[in-house]
Amino acid sequence: MSAAHALALDGVSKQYAGGVTALHDVSVAVATGDQVAVTGASGSGKTTLLTILGTLERPTAGTVSVAGRPLTDASDRNLAGLRAHRIGFVFQAFHLQEALTALDNVATGMLYTGRHLRDRRSAAREALDRVGLAHRLSHRPTQLSGGERQRVAIARALAKRPEIILADEPTGNLDSHAGTQVIELLHELAGDGATLVLITHDPAIAATFPRQIHMRDGEIVDDGL
Amino acid sequence: MTSLAHPDRTPSEDLARLPLAELAWASLQGLRSRKLRAALSALGIAIGIGAMVSVVGVSSSAQANLLAEIDRLGTNLLTVAPGQSFTGNTEVLPTTATRMIGGMSHVRSAAAVYQLTTGVVLRTPYVPSEETGGIGVDAAQDDLPEVMGTTMASGHFLDRVSNRYPEVVLGAQAAQTLELEQVGHHLMVDLNGTWFTVIGVMRSAALDTTLDDTAFISLPVAERLFGQQPDPSEIYVRSDQDDVIGVSNLLAATANPQDPSGVVVTRPSDALKARAAAKGQFTTLLLGLGAVALLVGAIGIANIMVISVLERRGEIGLRRALGARRIHVSAQFLTESALLAALGAIAGLGLGAGATAIYAVAQHEPFVVPTYALIVAPLGGFLIGAIAGLYPAMKAARLSPTEALRA
Repeated sequence: MSAAHALALDGVSKQYAGGVTALHDVSVAVATGDQVAVTGASGSGKTTLLTILGTLERPTAGTVSVAGRPLTDASDRNLAGLRAHRIGFVFQAFHLQEALTALDNVATGMLYTGRHLRDRRSAAREALDRVGLAHRLSHRPTQLSGGERQRVAIARALAKRPEIILADEPTGNLDSHAGTQVIELLHELAGDGATLVLITHDPAIAATFPRQIHMRDGEIVDDGL
Repeated sequence: MTSLAHPDRTPSEDLARLPLAELAWASLQGLRSRKLRAALSALGIAIGIGAMVSVVGVSSSAQANLLAEIDRLGTNLLTVAPGQSFTGNTEVLPTTATRMIGGMSHVRSAAAVYQLTTGVVLRTPYVPSEETGGIGVDAAQDDLPEVMGTTMASGHFLDRVSNRYPEVVLGAQAAQTLELEQVGHHLMVDLNGTWFTVIGVMRSAALDTTLDDTAFISLPVAERLFGQQPDPSEIYVRSDQDDVIGVSNLLAATANPQDPSGVVVTRPSDALKARAAAKGQFTTLLLGLGAVALLVGAIGIANIMVISVLERRGEIGLRRALGARRIHVSAQFLTESALLAALGAIAGLGLGAGATAIYAVAQHEPFVVPTYALIVAPLGGFLIGAIAGLYPAMKAARLSPTEALRA
């Protein structure tokens, strides 16, 4: 696995308690700066793949390397550090905090980097400006449209300038117009050099990606290369 | 955006960190997003702390009141009384004792009372003479109230006229027993078969409450009535404030130079101070009730936090995805719980102080809440909250981030 690979899995399997096999002997590498769509039916292992790439879960077998670091011997502390500094997540359900303004929701994205509030807010302001929400800083999630909420979530993932962006069905809760805008935004922001891995079951969205990985029953049936 | 790659980062810079100020910020946001629930769950702690603060405050106020009373009455009053002899008989103070003491340096004034053991005060002659109501009869000099620091509830004390005519002054309790609390209607009492006019009623003598149960007549009248000059049964002495101990040491020898050991000298304010100290002790039962309320409050907070962990699974998963370590998640829940209880305790402090203020105003006592309560209450609340939050915090930290995100 070369350092040019932002993400690399080698012979990775994931079994859950009760014997469910979510991933079976998956090997795949994503080069730094690549933009990859992962497609497949429900239960094909897409989300499990993403949580393992995002260091939220460890594989049952196989090796993982993220940002050029093999994770086999990494402590939970090191994995949390990787997530805090180098990985940005975007979820289908947004996971915004209702009580916080858009600005503070984005600032929370950098909470575990050790940066102070003033610093985090200024980065958050910049990130919201980039996603076109400079006029929505003090709005709460309930005052925003679905598309705007997802853009706040994208700003939260990107404000710390991560090397890797992992998005799980980010358009799943949006209408097609807002969905298209969100995908364009992700392409644009990741175009600055970040590696983007996005899960979708929408072929039209997958088609906008230069590389598409297709999964079925916990295995990669087409790695898009 | 500039380059996103950071090849110059060292591994130590890659650790997830949560500075204390940021932890406090996140915890306050957590509480702010559930204001009503936070307020309700802090109520238990507020009631517990409030009960305890008001118990401490009320007893401190009562104590401060007594101490103020002692200050007003003065601590420079000494009493001289006959003691008991070696064989158990009551000694006798010489009739010259009052004059001798009055001549001492650093003694401002001295007044004696003379107990008339055979005196009986009755409302009318038709009352059986056994029913004295515990009222004793003393002969007294006209400067007694002044030396005792006591004032009159009505009428006036014995004066020169009283030396010739049968006039009586009643102590506060004696007047109450005889139901003669107001003077002015030529009220009479029957004293050993002679009608005496009541010319005054005293207020309670806080420094020696035995005087309250007493009827006072003048010394010349007593001598005429009982046919003998009585011996002083108690001499009250006011010394200079700075020489109380010195005067006290000399009193016995001055009162009875031939037998100083037969004289007992006491300082009545010492007994009052002991009473004040006793009032300062909190009522254990009420403190116990406060502690029970605190315990219930703590359980309430633990309960709410456990529910909160379940409700906030998505948020917990998100935090883990954002780089929070397990310890960061548990620290946040612990801090929220501790802050909640500390805020409840501060509210309780206000409640308790308010209750104390109402009591103090109603009782005409000074308002006192000990300063240590201002520190101990919030700190105690914080600790109780931290303990109550321990289990929910551990539960939150153990949650799998992926499961939480799917929830």
